[in-house]
Amino acid sequence: MYRSHVLVCGGTGCTSSGSAKIIETLQAEIKKNGLKDEVAVVQTGCHGLCALGPIIVVYPEATFYTLIKPEDIPEIVSEHLVKGRVVERLVYKEETKDKGTISLNDTDFYKKQHRIALRNCGVINPENIDEYIATGGYEALGKVLTEYTPEQVIQIVMDSGLRGRGGGGFSTGLKWKLARANEADQKYVCCNADEGDPGAFMDRSILEGDPHVVLEAMAIAGYAIGANQGYIYVRAEYPIAVERLKIAIAQAREYGLLGKNIFNTGFDFDIDLRLGAGAFVCGEETALMTSIEGNRGEPRPRPPFPAQKGLYQKPTLLNNVETYANIPQIILNGPEWFASMGTEKSKGTKVFALGGKVRNTGLVEIPMGTTLREVIEDIGGGIPNGKKFKAAQTGGPSGGCIPVEHYDVPIDYDNLIQIGSMMGSGGLIVMDEDNCMVDIAKFFLGFTVDESCGKCTPCRIGTKRLYELLDKITNGQGTMEDLDKLEELCYYIKENALCGLGQTAPNPVLSTLNYFKDEYKAHVLERRCPAGVCKALLSYVIDPVLCKGCTMCSRVCPNGAISGKVKEAHVIDQSKCIKCGACMEKCKFGAISKK
Amino acid sequence: MGSQKTTVPFKGTKEQEAALLKVIADHKNEKGALMPILQKAQEIYGYLPIEVQTIISDELNIPLEKIYGVVTFYSQFALNPKGKYRISVCLGTACYVKGAGDLFNKLQELLGIEDGGCTPDGKFSLESCRCIGACGLAPVLTINEDVYGKLTVDELESILAKY
Repeated sequence: MYRSHVLVCGGTGCTSSGSAKIIETLQAEIKKNGLKDEVAVVQTGCHGLCALGPIIVVYPEATFYTLIKPEDIPEIVSEHLVKGRVVERLVYKEETKDKGTISLNDTDFYKKQHRIALRNCGVINPENIDEYIATGGYEALGKVLTEYTPEQVIQIVMDSGLRGRGGGGFSTGLKWKLARANEADQKYVCCNADEGDPGAFMDRSILEGDPHVVLEAMAIAGYAIGANQGYIYVRAEYPIAVERLKIAIAQAREYGLLGKNIFNTGFDFDIDLRLGAGAFVCGEETALMTSIEGNRGEPRPRPPFPAQKGLYQKPTLLNNVETYANIPQIILNGPEWFASMGTEKSKGTKVFALGGKVRNTGLVEIPMGTTLREVIEDIGGGIPNGKKFKAAQTGGPSGGCIPVEHYDVPIDYDNLIQIGSMMGSGGLIVMDEDNCMVDIAKFFLGFTVDESCGKCTPCRIGTKRLYELLDKITNGQGTMEDLDKLEELCYYIKENALCGLGQTAPNPVLSTLNYFKDEYKAHVLERRCPAGVCKALLSYVIDPVLCKGCTMCSRVCPNGAISGKVKEAHVIDQSKCIKCGACMEKCKFGAISKK
Repeated sequence: MGSQKTTVPFKGTKEQEAALLKVIADHKNEKGALMPILQKAQEIYGYLPIEVQTIISDELNIPLEKIYGVVTFYSQFALNPKGKYRISVCLGTACYVKGAGDLFNKLQELLGIEDGGCTPDGKFSLESCRCIGACGLAPVLTINEDVYGKLTVDELESILAKY
């Protein structure tokens, strides 16, 4: 028994901030102080507050230390662990209040969250199956195998109202039912862990923080649809997740929770990993299966749906990581419990990766129906640097930008689609007044052009043409006809592309055209970028009142575009200016601005 | 993504070839063996030149053009060798809105190479990637296993100087 547990976050965010070094120092200090048998160091998954990493939580007090450096460790050990005095200067304090320490669950960041899929992330050691079992792990699998028929399991999932968390929002129970209904000598259960949306890392955090929950849920799904083999298709870009999955699979096999005759019920189920190799389109279900088979990851037309003919032409069930992470809790707590959360048609919670121009970047899990304002202002802590909220982008390259008019819309599948975006896998990027919406649309189209697999013409050539039109506009050469062409082409691609990637690729353009038409018009009619992003449309000017004539700007200008006498206001020759911004960076008096 | 032309002569060793043949033998009878074999082959050689693809083609009895098709489809497979220090700039959304594009341009300027290129001395190679999932630290770049977050353009020179 240990009197104290020190949890160190080992998610990708904190690992990138140096948590491995923290653990090493911590263990050395604990040993030095002779506390090796009293204090345990545990590496956990993501706590969600990635911007404040590395993060340490000391239990039983639940003291939450943030932004820890290796040199802080001796103090934490000698003060907190030896003498029992909390090191106040390192404790997480909310910027809005300053009244000493408050309990972690009372902070604005955690108060409005409800963690089901992330239940164990940051709580247990993901590399130790015993800790998962101690928090109720594999109980749901045992219950299903010994008490329920496959039909009953499917009914429970149907009744819970759970919908796919990977993008489309299709009913999970119905998907299971369809996969069960198709008779075959072999069926497969697949897990889509090819989280490719830039700015989304929900699935990665679950795999890193609680890998067993996915294995357990896949085994339950295997029992429900009548499959005995599972595959997890995971991005190779997630080395920590891959490593922890390998460990988890080995441990589950050792405990007899995967393999032959699980719980002595005669049910066999095993899981293998398949690594992706960096192709966004492989997140599309048919492309994912084609890739597992060892081919170019190109999608194929549906029908036949995977539930009829999927992997190796056999009936296949495919869900994403977060969807699976909800299953064991639904089995244990009942479908009514799950259905009591959320909105009428979207039940339960959703994990969002909050990023961009927001204070608390990181991972949050909220009940469906929470408003965008609550997520960004209350949980996210608002926009930093006194800037104004401009738009939130959800759904990645398939989604759209939500403007401030819809700040109070409750977030659920149907509402997001209605306002021209989509739930997607859960990336939520906040943008402020310094982000140009035409440039953002161009950014996403650049992504789609790169990632289009090239199989169908509307996507291969259409997205390229969209990109070229946007490029023309951001370079100040667009016409009003181009805006019409842009819109027409968007609808054409939506209707004619083969798979989800192509059909949704125009969404970033359509939603920005819809909500930020003025910005497009400013680029076209006034040759102006209101946010000051599009370089070709900017001009740097020196304010003659603020300029002190220090000559700094004319000295850094690489093209000799700035002239003026010492102690007199300087001027920029616009015909020579190459818009590099070097002068503005160097000016100590804030006299140079871009317009 | 990146340049597809092999510019460096193939310098594979007998040991590397033996390791590759063993990997192929281990996976040969699995379903969908090609992807895991290509991934291991890239671990062994660092990249997948046509010579390596030919070995795999002969051993698995899969046409070379199919293997080439798979290799060029996935961005993680490289036809060119990488530098001693691989710089990878995240151009995911979260990093992009925080100025990763400027970082990438500055690096191209500092190193004198383009996306997917390698400096003539083989020291640095540069590539862009889509989201490594450290969005809380945006903008982010990695040099081999080292991660640099919350970066500004001014810091780049001093970071490169460390290598």
